[in-house]
Amino acid sequence: MSKDQEIDEGRRKFLLGSTVAVGAIGVATAAVPFVGALLPSEAAKAAGAPVKVDISELKPGEQKTVIWRGKPIWIVRRNKEMLHSLGEDAELLRDPKSEEEQQPKYAQNEYRSRRPDILVLVGLCTHLGCVPSYRPEKGAVTTQWPGGFYCTCHGSKFDLAGRVFKGVPAPINMEVPPYKFLSDNEILIGSDKADIA
Amino acid sequence: MENSTIKEQKSSGLIGWIDARFPFSSFITHHLKEYYAPKNLNFWYVFGAISLLVLVNQIVTGIWLAMYYTPTAKGAFASIEFIMRDVHFGWLIRYMHAVGASAFFVVVYLHMYRALMYGSYKRPRELLWLFGMVIYCIMLGEAFTGYVLPWGQMSYWASQVITSLFGAIPYIGHDITIFLRGDFNVSGVTLHRCFSLHVILFPLIFLALVAFHLVGLHKVGSNNPDGIEIRKDVDEKGVPKDGIPFHPYFTLKDLYWSVIFLIVFAAIIFFNPNFWGYFIEGANSVPANPIVTPAHIAPIWYMTPYYAILRAIPNKLGGAIFMAASIAFLFVLPWLDRSKVKSIRYKGKWSKWMLAIFVISFIGLGWLGLLPVDVWRLWLARLFTVGYFAFFVLMPFYTRWENTKPEPARVKFKKK
Repeated sequence: MSKDQEIDEGRRKFLLGSTVAVGAIGVATAAVPFVGALLPSEAAKAAGAPVKVDISELKPGEQKTVIWRGKPIWIVRRNKEMLHSLGEDAELLRDPKSEEEQQPKYAQNEYRSRRPDILVLVGLCTHLGCVPSYRPEKGAVTTQWPGGFYCTCHGSKFDLAGRVFKGVPAPINMEVPPYKFLSDNEILIGSDKADIA
Repeated sequence: MENSTIKEQKSSGLIGWIDARFPFSSFITHHLKEYYAPKNLNFWYVFGAISLLVLVNQIVTGIWLAMYYTPTAKGAFASIEFIMRDVHFGWLIRYMHAVGASAFFVVVYLHMYRALMYGSYKRPRELLWLFGMVIYCIMLGEAFTGYVLPWGQMSYWASQVITSLFGAIPYIGHDITIFLRGDFNVSGVTLHRCFSLHVILFPLIFLALVAFHLVGLHKVGSNNPDGIEIRKDVDEKGVPKDGIPFHPYFTLKDLYWSVIFLIVFAAIIFFNPNFWGYFIEGANSVPANPIVTPAHIAPIWYMTPYYAILRAIPNKLGGAIFMAASIAFLFVLPWLDRSKVKSIRYKGKWSKWMLAIFVISFIGLGWLGLLPVDVWRLWLARLFTVGYFAFFVLMPFYTRWENTKPEPARVKFKKK
């Protein structure tokens, strides 16, 4: 066997290794558009534009639902009694001080809102995304029920500021979306920046 | 089996022409006429063939439904109404498909129970079992994506709950949820991709895996109720002494039971296609509404055991982990069973009791998963969850330490 007919194992290994490496880079690069195509489209992002809500007809104790980014957004005008109940249930709650980042900075207070009376929440249970029902009456769900939101899917309970009770499957408080008041009776949901009207 | 047992086909005419170019006759010989299955296979062995029959039903009716179905948030619900009311025999084809989905799970659960009873997952059939388990998981995916398509209230909220489950993954959960939905919330985008997965990706993988499952089966041969290897005892021609040709013996047996199955299947389709709300839930005849969740939501019956486990754990991540583990344990079953024998006939008391506890727990969880949750049911679900997992977790111990009975040399078979 002449020298040029011998098998050069080192060369083979190098060629195999480099082919696999280049091929792997090719596959990874080709995956980018396929993975990217599954992310929310530009249209879906545009549909996430802020929405204006008029709350002049919302009476104390009433709740209203609007849609933003395809999610139900609740607006509740809490009465004095409801606001009073929020101070009393701290030991029953998992995160009474709203330390978990489920709200903008301006809503990290006892009422989880910009204005004490007006509550704005994403109306989805933080367990598996069902829409809880609004049960403001005391004792409506359990005998000690202080009023709040009850999720019938898996039994999660939230108070009238969307704070989660202990011993339920939902792990964290309900989300407060970014929002701001355009006037006393008009809220912009989806934006809290000064320049966007 | 040696290849020498396959006679060289020298047929003339069309078959001969094909055989010279494609292994048609040798395939028939190898996999039907001279494929030897244990003669003692009992009733429990018909469900593999019946599941193939249901698969064909799903594919054929699915193709027809896709001709009229519209996979958009605006059009989906109306297109199902159109199929039900205006398409000739549309109601029949849709009911065949919807009842077929439930029938598929009935048949596959019985098929899997057979494997548990007779140790069909044990060496040398571990890979066969794994292919089967992947098929089962694809089936769950296929069932879920199919359930979303009518875009009724249960479709919408099932997709909301299932995609939210991925949100339990620490750190990246939220982004994964958005990635899966293709939107900030479940929407028409989610529906459309469920359609794509349901009609293309899952069926493709499904068919490939069914082929692997059958090729794997024919490589190692069927197990049998006695759990002994018939290929270890062969005659001078290499034919197992306890084996009989698959065709005509088992093709006819499977055909007989397929007819019985079809009678029951047709009776349900014609007289009770919703099956009292267990096959098609009543709430799904209300169009999807993203701002109102129905007062009581429950998955369809074949997923309720896992749903009950999810609900039994009072922690989001914990619930998701237990739910995943309940299926993951089935995958490693071949390595948990340390018994010297395969079949329940020769295993000890412990194996029999644990299998009974497992079956009771699985059915119990399935029943509880259909009902709204209350305190009493929650604790019962936790008890069944313990029973479900005990079967797997304790298996390496009880299968090794219990007293087993000796396996017979030949399969037990009564001549009638």
